[in-house]
Amino acid sequence: MTGALTSFLEASVRTATPLALAALGELLVERAGVINIGLEGIVLGGAFGALLGAGSNSLTIGFIVGCTAGVAVAALFALFAVTMRADQIITGTAVNLLVLGLTGALYRGLYGATGAALTIPTTGSVAVPLLARIPVLGSALFEQPPPTYLVYLTVPVLWWWLYRTHSGLAVRAIGERPESVRVAGVDTHRWRWVTLLVAGGLGGVAGATLVLSQSGTFAEGMSAGRGFIAIAIVVLGRWRPMGVLIASLLFGAASALQYLFQAMGWRVPYQLFLALPYVLTLLALAGFAGRKIEAPASLGHAA
Amino acid sequence: MSDPIPDREAVRTGGWRQRRPSLATGAAAAVVAVVSLAVLWLALRLAGFDASLALGALWRGSFGNWYALTSSTLVRATPLVLTGLAVAVAFRAGVWNIGADGQLLVGAAVATAVGLALGAAPAWVLLPLALGAGAVGGGCWAGIAALLRTRFGVLEVISTIMLNFVALDLVGYLVRGPLQEPSHAYPQSNPISAAMHLPILIAGTRLHWGFVAAVAAAALLWWGMRSTAAGFRVRAIGANADAARVAGRIDVARTTTNVLLLSGALSGLAGAIEVSGVTFALYENISPGYGYTAIAVALLAGLDPLAVLGTGILFGGLEAGALSMQREASVPSVVVTAVEAALVLVLLALSRRGGSTSIIGRFAGARPSSEEEAS
Repeated sequence: MTGALTSFLEASVRTATPLALAALGELLVERAGVINIGLEGIVLGGAFGALLGAGSNSLTIGFIVGCTAGVAVAALFALFAVTMRADQIITGTAVNLLVLGLTGALYRGLYGATGAALTIPTTGSVAVPLLARIPVLGSALFEQPPPTYLVYLTVPVLWWWLYRTHSGLAVRAIGERPESVRVAGVDTHRWRWVTLLVAGGLGGVAGATLVLSQSGTFAEGMSAGRGFIAIAIVVLGRWRPMGVLIASLLFGAASALQYLFQAMGWRVPYQLFLALPYVLTLLALAGFAGRKIEAPASLGHAA
Repeated sequence: MSDPIPDREAVRTGGWRQRRPSLATGAAAAVVAVVSLAVLWLALRLAGFDASLALGALWRGSFGNWYALTSSTLVRATPLVLTGLAVAVAFRAGVWNIGADGQLLVGAAVATAVGLALGAAPAWVLLPLALGAGAVGGGCWAGIAALLRTRFGVLEVISTIMLNFVALDLVGYLVRGPLQEPSHAYPQSNPISAAMHLPILIAGTRLHWGFVAAVAAAALLWWGMRSTAAGFRVRAIGANADAARVAGRIDVARTTTNVLLLSGALSGLAGAIEVSGVTFALYENISPGYGYTAIAVALLAGLDPLAVLGTGILFGGLEAGALSMQREASVPSVVVTAVEAALVLVLLALSRRGGSTSIIGRFAGARPSSEEEAS
């Protein structure tokens, strides 16, 4: 029983890690008033970049290339949605299709039409001394691959940036009233670019995590909606770093339920578990009815 | 809650009247197409493929000969036109229905279920019933998003995307559970009875009457959007929901719901037609992302129903040609997805330069506000 619970918690945190990374980036972007549907493409681009980079047999280079690929996709989005002031949802949709097509074509071009099963070595778990030995929770939270620790690091840093620095205040103000901020002499486009590039990096690492810390291989369209879920997580987490972390863990837990059910020997169609996170999101979002939702006021508008 | 949906106020209703196909629009569309083909040619060269052979195969497999045109391009265009119309009507109302793919899947599943349950019925009963059931199924699926939007304030951008994945899992469950063929060897349903097959439109080809349904739907929507009170309400809430409510006394929630129901029904019909005209059974991967391509189809058409017919056929040709490109020149067919995306991006870029008189002036529902606040 304890064994099942421990592996359930471990799987929850493992599944939550890429979601949290992508969602924390999206949180930053949305606080600056941009909704980036292209996050799905960023995660997929990051995964493909990780595959290319890991070809050098170095996991570090894999993460770096994955991160860079995410930044590149985000830059394309920013060029259209910020600089050219094109519609954010349309740009995001186009970016997703573009990355899906490009990675699919390149993958088949480089690795053969059948996509012969590639195996890439994965990062092992790294145990944090002492903390990992806390009963039940210890190994789930503190014996994970390195990207999980990046999440733990990003949450407080992001919080500090947004709420305790001058530029963080500027970013939040852009998300509320870009016209006023511009009058005050802040370059709104520049800060939207900055937040998008940071989010691109985080989303790229999220994609790299899928390849280098979890599956050890690449598949076409392997982001499988995680970017979209991350966008929903930002809403669930009420546009706050801590809230986003908790919402990601909830999602991870919902996805990890299938392992628990398997371990307990309960037979339920597995599609139910696949659908569960999406259904849960819808229910949770509906549960906000009547409550004040603190979405940034300029979300979705050009600045 | 504050409404994070962008651009309602930006949309100019008046734009609709100016939006008739003109020489300039045709020229702009041609420029976009030529630029995209040039980019594709260059990309193929850089990737080391025989670009001339590949593009030749693309042409032969799409518009280059009669059989490919009828049996591949127009067959493939049918679901793209129907889902493209679904997206166009929703976006025109400022309703971001990204869920055409899920609605198509549910429509296909419901039509299959009806077809299998009433397999003994004669064609004149079964066919309309199954197609109607598919449309109702797709409409209901979109109705969930409408309910979430109007009752609970959940943005349809997010809910429709989530519902796409739920629909995919639902079909995955159906073809491995209740609807699986009796031997339980394959994740697919039994074939539907011949009575539910759509008749062939042109003898000797695979083109079925579903294409006629798509053309009729395009014409009907074009007329309805332009000349009926309901069409006006759709355009009005897309242009400026607040003004529509205050000055026009339009029930925005109700119009939003109706638009989503119609949009879902069109997508559901696309799914039902795909089952009864092409696949004759339910498969998990019955849609290669029609509902997502549909967004590009609708945008490239400037959200104009008649133009959707044209862009739907263009994209149908691209995708049909991509398959022959893969066969003859070993170029991965997914590359056309990137080409389609590039088309939309080129269009977005042109729209910033060309001003609202170009093809993109039609982007009404889709433009950021704020000429006035341009920095």
